[in-house]
Amino acid sequence: MTTSTAPSSLAVKTTTAKAPASKNRFWSGLIFLVAALYFLIPLAATFYWSLRAQKGVLGFEAYRKLFADTNFLPAFSQSIVNAIAAILISLLLIVPTAYWVTLRLPKLRSVIEFITLLPFVIPAVVLVFGLIRLYSRPPLLWTATYSSSRVLLVCVYAAISFPYVFRAVDNGLRAMDVRGLTEAAQSLGAGWGTILFKVIFPNLRTALLSGALLTFAIVIGELTIALYMAQHTLGPYMADLTRSKVYEPSAMAIVAFAITWAALGIIQLVGRGQQAQIAGGH
Amino acid sequence: MAYLTLSNVSKQFGDTYAVQDFNLDIEKGEFVSFLGPSGCGKTTTLRMVAGFETPTDGTITLDGADITDKAPNQRNMGMIFQSYALFPNMTVAQNIGFGLQVRKATKAEIQDRVREMVSLVNLEKHVDKYPFQLSGGQQQRVSLARALAISPHVLLLDEPLSALDAKIRVSLRAQIREIQKRLGITAIFVTHDQEEALSISDRIVVMYDGNVEQVGTPFDIYNFPRTPFVANFVGSLNTATADVTDPEKGTLSMDSVQLVSAAKMDGLKKGDKVRIAIRPERFSFASEGKKANVLDCQIENITFLGSVVRVHILIGKTKFTMDTFNYPSLALPQIGDMNQVTCSKEAVLVLNEEKPNGQ
Repeated sequence: MTTSTAPSSLAVKTTTAKAPASKNRFWSGLIFLVAALYFLIPLAATFYWSLRAQKGVLGFEAYRKLFADTNFLPAFSQSIVNAIAAILISLLLIVPTAYWVTLRLPKLRSVIEFITLLPFVIPAVVLVFGLIRLYSRPPLLWTATYSSSRVLLVCVYAAISFPYVFRAVDNGLRAMDVRGLTEAAQSLGAGWGTILFKVIFPNLRTALLSGALLTFAIVIGELTIALYMAQHTLGPYMADLTRSKVYEPSAMAIVAFAITWAALGIIQLVGRGQQAQIAGGH
Repeated sequence: MAYLTLSNVSKQFGDTYAVQDFNLDIEKGEFVSFLGPSGCGKTTTLRMVAGFETPTDGTITLDGADITDKAPNQRNMGMIFQSYALFPNMTVAQNIGFGLQVRKATKAEIQDRVREMVSLVNLEKHVDKYPFQLSGGQQQRVSLARALAISPHVLLLDEPLSALDAKIRVSLRAQIREIQKRLGITAIFVTHDQEEALSISDRIVVMYDGNVEQVGTPFDIYNFPRTPFVANFVGSLNTATADVTDPEKGTLSMDSVQLVSAAKMDGLKKGDKVRIAIRPERFSFASEGKKANVLDCQIENITFLGSVVRVHILIGKTKFTMDTFNYPSLALPQIGDMNQVTCSKEAVLVLNEEKPNGQ
């Protein structure tokens, strides 16, 4: 009696457990498909449009024209340099701050988090007008020349990257035993420089890279601030291009997209090994 | 002169004293354990020795030199953490060589020392692995090798075995002790596990609520606890209240049951109430040999604990436990039986809160 009921009840349980699982799989698959189409259709359409520069033939004429344009490469290289400079400033400010907050001032985390979130709250237009008002009169006359404006622009880019970089670095720090590693290094004779550069930075590799590449992705095509500060970067160049050309803006969008995806791919590649190290270390 | 001395060391966090007026002399090559429950100040004291916390009061001297305000990276103390704290981005060899690299040792020196250390902790096959590729026990051995590689003045172990499973814990603690003895290194071991402290230490410092309760050898701590806390914290203990009937002869009365104790009862007079304590293993069935105290009891319950059998007995109105070794021919009474148990007068400890006098 008992032996016959046990398997049947088990069988019922297994069937009821299987049903929701397959139902869940169906819905999650459907949601994924809809999201993928929502994302891929405009991308495919843009790509298709970018290939139609020559009448009746699909080809890369728009891309050729884009790279042949004498204004493209200077704008592109300027944006890259700006992005790299903004990343360096941002990392040099955020990493020691986040490290020190994690190690010594954990109560200040919420304050720092709030400060780093401010660029999200303040619209770019408001930010740039505030900056122009503040930095266009002595003693802080930074908008007087193109190069000083560019320095200011880089500093602003560093500031607008704070939410991404802080979050990435903070997550990275939370994933490791910061206090234990710091104290272990200290007991072995290491000073702060050695601890930061040989212990903390290498273990934050993924976090630093994701923060840096997110900053890169934002800065590379930024329009509003660069436009109002009269900078010849990729954002204003793309805006000009949209007004004057038909197919090149689509080609430009695809190029920008490829760069961003390459950046994200690098994060994934570099992060894979480190995630295993950290996960196994605890 | 002692090698490491903590004099009147206190540590205050806000209004709370984590450690109060801590005094201890540690000789070179000695293995001392700080034992106590969570929050007793043992780790804070260790961290003050390491330099991670600065004492609010008092001084710490090492080999005659005051190190109270010295930075942790200037103290040459090898520290082992509960969480291992191995550098995840470095291999076993790189972890072990880190301290020497910081000291700007040559590549050859680092290689030689790393080889020596991995062989000391039997990790020769794992030098090129990363911490995440090792088991917990192996990681802690790397941590030990890393701390020893710098030839530290003192080896500090902050609950290093707590995260490991029971079998590895026992084998690793034996290995730590063996290496410590072989190298003659001074060590301070923080633990809340009494068995660990008793098995590994030359001396134990029992701490409670920021204060030192007792300092002594494992034998003294276990057999002659000076305070009720030590008696209760270290090992299992039966406690009861008794009246002093003759302080000179050491006689006591517990629920009309007469007991004799070898404990000194200075300052006590007839009629005083005291706490008495008897270890479960100090009882035996009366037939096993005649002792000073032969007590009538009722068998309440019997529990098998592997190598030991725990018998729950009722003496007068007080419940006691008695531990006896488990062997196949052991004749145990039935639950509910009346029986007689006995214990020596040395087994009856008298705990006096105001004036500790275990014996």
